Amino acid sequence: MTDTVAQPVNASSAAPEAMDWDSRARRMMMIYLPLACFVLILLFPFYWMAITAFKPNAELLNFKAHSPFWISSPTLLHIKHLLFETSYPRWLKTTMLVAISATFLSLFASTLAAYAIERLRFRGSPYVGLGIYLAYLVPPSILFIPLATVVVQFGLFDSPLALILVYPTFLVPFCTWLLIGYFKSIPYELEECALVDGATRLQILRKITLPLAVPGLISAGIFSFTLSWNEFIYALAFIQSGANKTVPVAILTELITGDVYQWGALMAGSLLGSLPVALFYSLFVDYYVSSLTGAVKE
Amino acid sequence: MTDNVVSMSVTTLPSRRLVQRQPSWFARLLDYKPFLIVICLAPAVGLLTVFLTYPLGLGVWLAFTDATIGRRGVFVGLENFQYLLTDPLWWGAVFYSTLYTAIATFGKFALGFWLALLLNNHFPFKSVIRAIVLLPWIVPTVLSALAFWWIYDPQFSIISYLLVDVLHLRATNIDFLGSPWPARFSLIAANIWRGIPFVAISLLAGLQTISPSLYEAAMLDGATNWQRFRYITFPMMMPILAIVMTFSIIFTFTDFQLVYAITRGGPINSTHLLATLAFQRGIAGGELGEGAAIAVSMVPFLVFATLFSYFGLARRKWQQGEAND
Repeated sequence: MTDTVAQPVNASSAAPEAMDWDSRARRMMMIYLPLACFVLILLFPFYWMAITAFKPNAELLNFKAHSPFWISSPTLLHIKHLLFETSYPRWLKTTMLVAISATFLSLFASTLAAYAIERLRFRGSPYVGLGIYLAYLVPPSILFIPLATVVVQFGLFDSPLALILVYPTFLVPFCTWLLIGYFKSIPYELEECALVDGATRLQILRKITLPLAVPGLISAGIFSFTLSWNEFIYALAFIQSGANKTVPVAILTELITGDVYQWGALMAGSLLGSLPVALFYSLFVDYYVSSLTGAVKE
Repeated sequence: MTDNVVSMSVTTLPSRRLVQRQPSWFARLLDYKPFLIVICLAPAVGLLTVFLTYPLGLGVWLAFTDATIGRRGVFVGLENFQYLLTDPLWWGAVFYSTLYTAIATFGKFALGFWLALLLNNHFPFKSVIRAIVLLPWIVPTVLSALAFWWIYDPQFSIISYLLVDVLHLRATNIDFLGSPWPARFSLIAANIWRGIPFVAISLLAGLQTISPSLYEAAMLDGATNWQRFRYITFPMMMPILAIVMTFSIIFTFTDFQLVYAITRGGPINSTHLLATLAFQRGIAGGELGEGAAIAVSMVPFLVFATLFSYFGLARRKWQQGEAND
């Protein structure tokens, strides 16, 4: 760990031949070995998930005859069962709809809010910002019971619309906070120039601030999408009919039938349910990291 | 020079006036700042008021009523809370929530900090590894919880297989989820697994802001590795540590998904967290008032944990700034 910080200093201050085999072995032990262990342990459940999804049941339940770490005869039966004998495609569609709509709704609301707080600067704007930030600290576990009654009052129970409207409660605070940070980094002079040139406030927002904040918008967007895709407790509490469930809830409540668990199908469902976010993630890794650290730094 | 400027402004003035006259009353209203502020804040504040502030208040009100699903309750005062205080299940959930939060937070931060320090080195494929490491945090918790459930299977657990058939360390399979204490620790392990990436990546961002010149100065003064960690890295990381830990404690204490997916509070109710107990009573059991009371009973713990982690850690930073030692 810390000896790595020392590494360049060591290399420059000591004679080159002092960087000998000993220090390389030491580096191996102190960095690569623990790192390999971390990566192995962090990835193993996914490997296990993937390998289970393609294993025939006979291999799945017989460790003596087949090594559990590999598949002798891979099969697509579990995936086929999932796609054609359950409502899995329907669940995927619902989840996609909810995640995308909630993301756009939150982005719209939080862009305007962040712009007002950071750029329009009015008396009390820091307090509004703080209030929105505090909303982020309210965990869903405290809210879901009263929210369930609110959803019933509005006649939205068992409708995906309920989720689309409720998810912004945890997305808007996060996105607003992230976008405030991005707007702060855009030079105010640009907007002043536009003001002098006679642009209206909304023109400034549309033609100057937003194009410059695109990386922030992407960060906020992919983060919102991931968070809504992964949301569980609201979807569990507000949706009852099998057809309207989101993927995480449906796998847990609809695929587990009876006492014999269909591990192959369950893992195939988990794998397919994780794939969209994992793909999304691999496309935008840098944005994820920057939004994660950016939000924390704020 | 000045002459030039004056002539320019003179020539541009008429055209500007023309442009300004064109916008309709609506566009001019949009340029009126107070109105614009209200318009801009309305969607966010509206959503948060209707679906966050109002339910929060409603939740507190429900906790003092005997509402059930489909029946508006009447005010019953502190009856729900008095009942909770005599309820061994609630005490069990308080105990396990605290234990779960304490051990999982400690594990996450110890391992996450270690991982962050490892990732702060230079090695090949660094960005790929950093990306891979974040995966457990990206994937839906319930789905990775299912993978853990399968890993913890009493008969076909891969861990048991490793220990029994490959390494011959044990004679029998481990019963991970069948009895209270192993189940409790299995869940904590899964939570730590899921929490490490977030902690590691956030702390890595903090590590990268520490100026290398501090370490060089310490090297010149003859500081050892441990001293450099203890007196430079650790104090410099305090502010970010405080924020990340506050978040982590809040969301670990109110965790729901992992427990609900793997054990649903069993065996014999030994792994109920307050959130899963609230769900069981409030939504599954229909006793909204009692469920709300359980949810509200989390608030004091959360406030205490937040103040403790935030001020406990952040104060040291202020002291550092003042005393400058």
